[in-house]
Amino acid sequence: MVEISDLHFAYDKRAILKGINMSLQKGKLIAIMGSSGCGKTTLLRHIGGVLKPTKGYVKISGQVIHELDQHNLYAMRRKMGMLFQFGALFTDMSVFDNVAFQMREHTTLPEELIHDLVLMKLHAVGLRGTQKLMPSELSGGMARRVALARTVALDPMLIMYDEPFAGLDPISLRVVGDLIRRLNDALGATSVVVTHDVQESLKIVDYVYFMENGTIAAEGTPEEIRASDKAFVRQFVHGEIDGPVPFHYPGGDYRQELNLSV
Amino acid sequence: MERTTLDLWVGIFVVAGIAALVMLAMKVGNLSSYNMSETYQVHAYFSNIGGLKPKASIKSAGVLVGRVTDIKLDMQRYEADVVMNLDKRYQFPKDTFADILTSGLLGEQYIGLVAGGDSDMLQNGEQIKKTQSAVVLEDLIGKFIYNKAEESVKPK
Amino acid sequence: MPFTHTLQVIGHRTIDAVWRIGLATRFFALTLMYSGTSFRRFHLIIKELFSTGVMSLIIIIVAGLFVGMVLGLQGYETLQRYGSESALGVMVALGLVRELGPVVAALLFASRAGSAMTAEIGLMKATEQISAMEMMAVNPIARIVAPRFWAGVISMPLLAAMFSAVGVFGGYFVGVIQIGVDEGSFWSQMQAAVDFREDILNGVLKSFVFGTVVTVIALFEGFDAPPTAEGVSGATTRTVVTSSLAILMLDFVLTAIMFRGN
Repeated sequence: MVEISDLHFAYDKRAILKGINMSLQKGKLIAIMGSSGCGKTTLLRHIGGVLKPTKGYVKISGQVIHELDQHNLYAMRRKMGMLFQFGALFTDMSVFDNVAFQMREHTTLPEELIHDLVLMKLHAVGLRGTQKLMPSELSGGMARRVALARTVALDPMLIMYDEPFAGLDPISLRVVGDLIRRLNDALGATSVVVTHDVQESLKIVDYVYFMENGTIAAEGTPEEIRASDKAFVRQFVHGEIDGPVPFHYPGGDYRQELNLSV
Repeated sequence: MERTTLDLWVGIFVVAGIAALVMLAMKVGNLSSYNMSETYQVHAYFSNIGGLKPKASIKSAGVLVGRVTDIKLDMQRYEADVVMNLDKRYQFPKDTFADILTSGLLGEQYIGLVAGGDSDMLQNGEQIKKTQSAVVLEDLIGKFIYNKAEESVKPK
Repeated sequence: MPFTHTLQVIGHRTIDAVWRIGLATRFFALTLMYSGTSFRRFHLIIKELFSTGVMSLIIIIVAGLFVGMVLGLQGYETLQRYGSESALGVMVALGLVRELGPVVAALLFASRAGSAMTAEIGLMKATEQISAMEMMAVNPIARIVAPRFWAGVISMPLLAAMFSAVGVFGGYFVGVIQIGVDEGSFWSQMQAAVDFREDILNGVLKSFVFGTVVTVIALFEGFDAPPTAEGVSGATTRTVVTSSLAILMLDFVLTAIMFRGN
């Protein structure tokens, strides 16, 4: 379904991705984990075709994404859904119009049919009653669920989630996690969840990639990850302060910078 | 906001804007007096037109009867050739007199027509023969000073 | 060397400014290129006409009224010294139609509607709404920028005309009703001196140019804003400063071209 081969990417001279290899199977729910700033979101942007790799490629259904022209890229994106970090609902439209947005832009469905479809999507996330509200009137968790309904509005075959659990209370977190799993199974789609919420995602996903410093540090099923004895994975799963992921940003010699030696 | 109220407000906005434009054109500007239904053209030579400009008004007894359309220098006579459009409703005798006048002391210049007694009327393309040039203020002041100077010399 | 440093700063600023002008021009060209959608779905423009045009109505009308009244007062003070207060109408009308209408209305438009546009689009960018739209295979320039651009271009001449019309009545109110200038000569001298093509249409043309420039600057600054709070507030300030300067400079150039002939 999605095949990523030897993907490299650099901003100016700063290398972000250094040779990522992944293969995502259809119907699976895959998590990409790693500490902040390790290149997870950059990887998602490559799958969506927003950024062009400096080397390697992302292939979806046999097509290399960065070689598509704008028309074909847009055609490809119609088959994808992406949930942004804080939902990214259109603030100038009501909840209903947000969910209906892609249907109105990309299809010629009659308005009555759109109405029914939107209500079905909203019902699936349990927020049918909010259709007339504006995004500013929703709580963070509700906004995330509306955004989820909007993401799956056109039944995509590939769904990407950028930090779907960030900033949610424990209840909303469970609700969103559960919805991600159920929507994936109901649509038979492939889902990629970028997250650093280890405990929640280990409960729902089929397979996990650990990223560190632009490379894949570890991978496996949730059971394998929990049982892993790699120092990096252990540090991450148990949330230890110092370890392979250092507490200090690389710098000069501490004593020398304080002018203590000489 | 409901789609219909939105449409209504935008409708009001656009209509008000166009109304303002029309009001500017008709009430503030001269569009209403622009369309002199039908005109005929005459021309006249002046030895000096002063500050007369194209589109200056042409008045007879104070009534607007036409506008200057073109001014050029005639290279045979070295005089200004002024072409004017007159309203068809107003016919003037052949011996009509054309003056370049000034409205007020510093106002803009216009052409005044004083009808003569001829029974034949001016036709399209004909020439007004009797003209009087603009009074140039500087010349007038110059003459005045010169005369004064002469007066003060004479008694001696 | 402080001197070379100053030169460096000047050089850097100049290169930067030329870059931005180039980028803005490219942005403008893209906006025109993707304008098709806005005209096929005209309600997109109508929605923006409401927020740019209708919402600016009150400030334009009140400002126009007061500017006209001040012109009436000042004009009378000056003209009565030469005993030509009957030319008050001419002075008020020409001042408004040629200069103050287009220029002051555009300045108000830049600070009322322009800054709002920048802030709105900047916030859309900061909250990833623009990226979300792009991931939904909808071109944000066609869907967000172009309708706002056309709404600005359409409303500016209408607002300037309203400003002038209301201003003339303000001048009439002070001159004729308060001070007692002869009503007949007020209107008739005005009509004799104000030319439809030379004065009114040129004024409309000016406001059309100003509308285009202000809207492009506002949209570009919003689209180009760094996606942070400071980024958006800085872009909003730049919109007002840049477009005000652009209006005044362009006004000089346009006036020189339009009215030098006589």
